[in-house]
Amino acid sequence: MTGDIGWTGLVTSLVLVGVAVAISLWRRLGLEQSMVWSAARAMAQLLVVGLLLQVLFRSRHSLGWSWIWVLVMVTFAAETVRRRAREVPDMFVLGLAAFATSAVVTLGVLFGLGVFPLEARALIPLAGMMVGNAMTSTVLVGRRVFEELRDKRSEVEARLALGLSSRDAARPYLRSALRTALIPQIESTKAVGIVFLPGAMTGLILAGVAPMKAVLVQAAVMYLVLGSAATTTTVVALGVSRRLFTRDHRLVPMTRSADA
Amino acid sequence: MTAVVGPSGAGKSTLLRLCNRLEVPAGGRVLFRGEDVAQLDPLRLRRRVGLVAQRPTPFPGTVAENLRVAEPHADDAAMAAVLERVELDGSFLPRPAGDLSGGEAQRVCLARTLLTGPEVLLMDEPTSSLDPHTRYALEALARAQALGGVAVIWVSHDLEQVQRIADHVVVLVKGVIVHTGRARDFDAASMPREALEFLTGTGEEGAQR
Repeated sequence: MTGDIGWTGLVTSLVLVGVAVAISLWRRLGLEQSMVWSAARAMAQLLVVGLLLQVLFRSRHSLGWSWIWVLVMVTFAAETVRRRAREVPDMFVLGLAAFATSAVVTLGVLFGLGVFPLEARALIPLAGMMVGNAMTSTVLVGRRVFEELRDKRSEVEARLALGLSSRDAARPYLRSALRTALIPQIESTKAVGIVFLPGAMTGLILAGVAPMKAVLVQAAVMYLVLGSAATTTTVVALGVSRRLFTRDHRLVPMTRSADA
Repeated sequence: MTAVVGPSGAGKSTLLRLCNRLEVPAGGRVLFRGEDVAQLDPLRLRRRVGLVAQRPTPFPGTVAENLRVAEPHADDAAMAAVLERVELDGSFLPRPAGDLSGGEAQRVCLARTLLTGPEVLLMDEPTSSLDPHTRYALEALARAQALGGVAVIWVSHDLEQVQRIADHVVVLVKGVIVHTGRARDFDAASMPREALEFLTGTGEEGAQR
């Protein structure tokens, strides 16, 4: 069939890595090693994932295993978020809460309303899109809320001094952080189809699915990503701002980290 | 009207921040009209004990939007009235707060605080970033609030300013109150050595002025 490239196809496609390495050597970019390493690593990771999925789909408890898979994915994502927003306190827990909430909301809609059948073949890739594509905005919003409240401390405290609750005092800064984090996501949703053909659709078409069918799946996935980003960023923004105020509406001291 | 004077780092700002619970004491209590402020609702306390910061902190948006942060239901007449209390007027309402001069912005900040109807007004060196002319104007405004029945606590570096405006003086050195008394009877020469150096301008703190 169309999409079946086989091992020969894969090895042949390595010629393209060769092209990249050749360019690096020719222009003395010094990137050959990392190119080879990243290509090898990508292949190894994908082979392991593919193998695992194949075993998993054949298992009698494939759905149960898929949920465990999702759990592991969410944990890894939360850890990545924590590492990329190091100065923000409690980012691991907040990331976990954010992706868990997003999973309930987005997967709840897609499976609950029967858009996709609830089975391992649908759950794992959709959860992957849900987590993977919301990660950047999640990191961005966490850092942004933290930086806004830290850098505009005198403004925030002036609001508190007027008798505003910490929620009211933080609201304008949350709003701007959420807008900043979500606008790129909205832009890429707008540009889809015109500027680029997204991965899910490309994959489906290459694998021989009719383009119109692929488009329907892709559109649903885009909405999943948008909904997920909105959910995770909101959870993280509210969480970070809650963490930065005391119960009696004081702003906690924040230090500027060396790399900020 | 009470002035709190002392060298930088003496704890003057911290003292004010303790009074409206932007900070809490590591030990001891802060009493407001006989009640421990830790027992009061912080949001209501902060409206009764207003704070004007050292540097003007206008919020983004117009002057009217700034005032509505303090009192969301204030109408134009109420906002114009409070602007008149700080010698501005209703024509300022649609102006962007970020475009105001330092003195105007500080007055808007004062007006914002007055709109919450405070019983006590804490002013943390509110004139330190202003030129002398604007400084005198703001001093007069604070005096007027004090005469109008609002207790004003004014933190200052400047002994001459204190003698111009204050009824009572509190001298703070390294977190300890070393003197309290009437401004009229205040005699800098009777102060302990550290306070004296600062007050008479012979210490390093005085050299900055």
